[in-house]
Amino acid sequence: MTILASKPGAAATAEREDDLLAVENLRVAFGGTEVVKGISFGIRPGRCLAIVGESGSGKSVTARTLVGLTGSGASVRADRLELGPTDLRHVGERSWRGIRGSEIGFVLQDALVSLDQLRRVGDEVGEPLKLHGWGDRGSRAERVVELLDAVGVPEPELRARQRPYELSGGLRQRALIASAIALDPPLLIADEPTTALDVTVQAQVLDLLAASKERGTAIILISHDLSVVARLADEVAVMRHGEIVEHGPTAEVLRAPRHEYTRALIAAVPSEHTRGTRLVAGSTSVPRTRRPIDRGRPLLEARHLTKVFRGPDGVDRTVVDDVSFEVFAGETVGIVGESGSGKTTTARIALALLGAEGGEVRLRGNPWSTLSDRDRRPLRSRVGVVYQDPLSSFDPRWPVGRILADALTRGPTPPSSKEESLDRIVRLLEQVGLGRQHVETGPLRLSGGQRQRVAIARALAPEPELIVCDEPVSALDVSVQAQVLDLFTDLQDELGVTYLFISHDLGVIHHLSDRVLVMKDGRVVERGTADDIFLRPQDEYTQRLLTALPRLEQATRGQG
Amino acid sequence: MSIALDTRPSVRSGARAAQEAARKAPALLGKVLSAVLVLIAAASVTFFAQLLIPGDRATTILNLQTGRSQKWSAAELAPVNEKFGFDHPVLVQWLHYVGGLFQGDLGTSFTQYRPVTQVIGDQLLPSLVLTLSALVVAWLLALTITLLTVKRGRFVSGLGSSWEAVTASLPPYWVGVVLLVLFAVKWPIFPVIGGTDLWGTVLPVLTLAIPLAGFLGQVTRDEFEKVLDQPFVTTARTRGMSDTGVRLRHALRHSVLPAITLSGWALGALISGAVIAENIYGRPGIGQVLVTAVNTRDVPTVSGIVLVVAAVYVVANLLVDLAFRLVDPRLAVSKGGQR
Repeated sequence: MTILASKPGAAATAEREDDLLAVENLRVAFGGTEVVKGISFGIRPGRCLAIVGESGSGKSVTARTLVGLTGSGASVRADRLELGPTDLRHVGERSWRGIRGSEIGFVLQDALVSLDQLRRVGDEVGEPLKLHGWGDRGSRAERVVELLDAVGVPEPELRARQRPYELSGGLRQRALIASAIALDPPLLIADEPTTALDVTVQAQVLDLLAASKERGTAIILISHDLSVVARLADEVAVMRHGEIVEHGPTAEVLRAPRHEYTRALIAAVPSEHTRGTRLVAGSTSVPRTRRPIDRGRPLLEARHLTKVFRGPDGVDRTVVDDVSFEVFAGETVGIVGESGSGKTTTARIALALLGAEGGEVRLRGNPWSTLSDRDRRPLRSRVGVVYQDPLSSFDPRWPVGRILADALTRGPTPPSSKEESLDRIVRLLEQVGLGRQHVETGPLRLSGGQRQRVAIARALAPEPELIVCDEPVSALDVSVQAQVLDLFTDLQDELGVTYLFISHDLGVIHHLSDRVLVMKDGRVVERGTADDIFLRPQDEYTQRLLTALPRLEQATRGQG
Repeated sequence: MSIALDTRPSVRSGARAAQEAARKAPALLGKVLSAVLVLIAAASVTFFAQLLIPGDRATTILNLQTGRSQKWSAAELAPVNEKFGFDHPVLVQWLHYVGGLFQGDLGTSFTQYRPVTQVIGDQLLPSLVLTLSALVVAWLLALTITLLTVKRGRFVSGLGSSWEAVTASLPPYWVGVVLLVLFAVKWPIFPVIGGTDLWGTVLPVLTLAIPLAGFLGQVTRDEFEKVLDQPFVTTARTRGMSDTGVRLRHALRHSVLPAITLSGWALGALISGAVIAENIYGRPGIGQVLVTAVNTRDVPTVSGIVLVVAAVYVVANLLVDLAFRLVDPRLAVSKGGQR
């Protein structure tokens, strides 16, 4: 804890008397632990300040503190915490209720859980109006429809009567924003407003926030995603361990970061520029040494896969529609698409976890998807899998050693003794950047990145020829994601592993893949080498995806 | 912006609503049908169970009538066998029994020589009043205590959850005796022998309601605590909603769902557990009838009561299903099929 931190902050805000919100030397502690350590910032009307950081940086706690909802047991101190003329440090609970919703609007991430699922969308959107005594029932209902219309929700009367689960992710997020801006608050705080959204939807939501900014609303954008920030923010404050390590105009911070952590964060974002290199700072210049890809007979071959599901309305939907592809030994094939594109279903069919109505998957030229379960079981170990959420695929009571020992016995050469098993477990852990000390650890005591490493070790244990990865880095912070992506490429260079890599993240796919399939509504709309797809897209949908994709480079355009 | 508008599960016109109703109708019909099947199965099980009881049924009946225990000659047994239909093949007897159910015939009591429906019928209403009141009172108690104490600081929450843990583990007969001693004997506020009037119903209802309230309260509290940590609760607070508002308008509805599920089971358990309260307070009801019938081996009456209890279970679970759909409309969607 240093008192030093308040000095530069005070200097920075001294010249900004027209700030709508002024924060100086804000400190938040839970129990004895300080999670926000003296940060200062300010924001003027019509501007957007982004607070960027990874999980645990204190960015969300900061956001909550600004609406007086830090949580029970928190102690909040600040030299200055003012919204317009109001000193927020001395506001009682009753007055806070008057400020929330009317002076400060708040948008949380993932509207699926941030809207009350049991109430109608209209009631949720209109709730701030009702709470702050705006109009009567009839005029509020009209206003709700106006608001939904204003945020671009089609058929607003109908949507207002529906419940959040009946809306798509994008519409839900719009409804959530409509509720936050219902009373036209001068300050809007958006905490990860586009996380969990597809890129095209994300672009729409960002446009919506930009429109709000145009009208003079001040926006504080909390995000872990530098590319999202680049699209909207005028200023960026990078937070780490409760401190702001760098603060400046967006273009400047992203183009010429001064702090080492900011540089590492930017380097860790996978994109076309990072292809063929490692992502973790310090090693980015090291090019990969690829093993040759065997373009002879494909390792995995999928022909005309078709899968039909019956929807809740009793109507059949073709989720996978005539999908064909092949994967050669030693290469990485990426499947990219938005939610509902059928990419995960395709992966499950490739794994033969799911039967297909039509088509066939062959492994090394031999039948695979058409085998009976009994005949396939001895071959199962040849295809491994890594999921997005490793924790739910582990038995939480099993220590790491047991998880891996179990996987080893499934391979073609099960260990013959306890000693051999332990040796091989330690070797696996070392391969994925863990060690002997993790053998006895339970998965619950591992960090997200470590869990994913264990999941990769488990997939490697039976020495598979192919590993199917379904969104394996989507739940990780960008710097951890970089480490895990590096691990994937290192393993491929060392062991010659083949990957079928599923992701919604275009940057990840471009960084990692040799060849790419773009899926939409169950069909492959475009296929080709990664550079063909991302640099010279032919299909209209691929082009749209790439246009919607927020990029770091955008920060350097049209600003400063 | 040229991005296509969202066209997911949305467009619901009048035609679509009609379609939906048409789709739900068979589902409802299916539920009623399966309820009927459950009842037939329950009737069959009780029917075959009474065949398994050792001893000839006609002999049992004659022994009951005469108060003796002896062997009877074939001539003496014949009229009894004929009257109760014991001389038919088992399958015919079964068909007759199950067929009788649909005409409201549960057979004839061995001891009272009256139709079982009559024997039970007089006693059913007081029992239903008792159990339904107990369920309602249990809900009121549970909700009040939960709403007042959940997440109100360590002391108050602890008080609430201890109360629930203690009452949930109390055996109803003990509650009954203590209530009787305290509120009918020591402070004679309520009658010792409860009639079926309002005043006499209070203590029996509390006897059944207090342990159940503890139970319902426990599951509601668990859920309530989880719901109060949900993002949508935070959203409501960021709109300027008060703590009480959040509890009543958002959290309550989510947190009653598990208790609703339990209520179906609770109603069935209450009607079969009512015998305890009825015995302690000398209150008429099918519990009393059941005890007498079991003691005298009046098998048709016992079977009849078992069927009534089964029927209450079935109806209760249909109601629970309905209530659940009203509180949580998501269910109607998610049960439709998997995606």
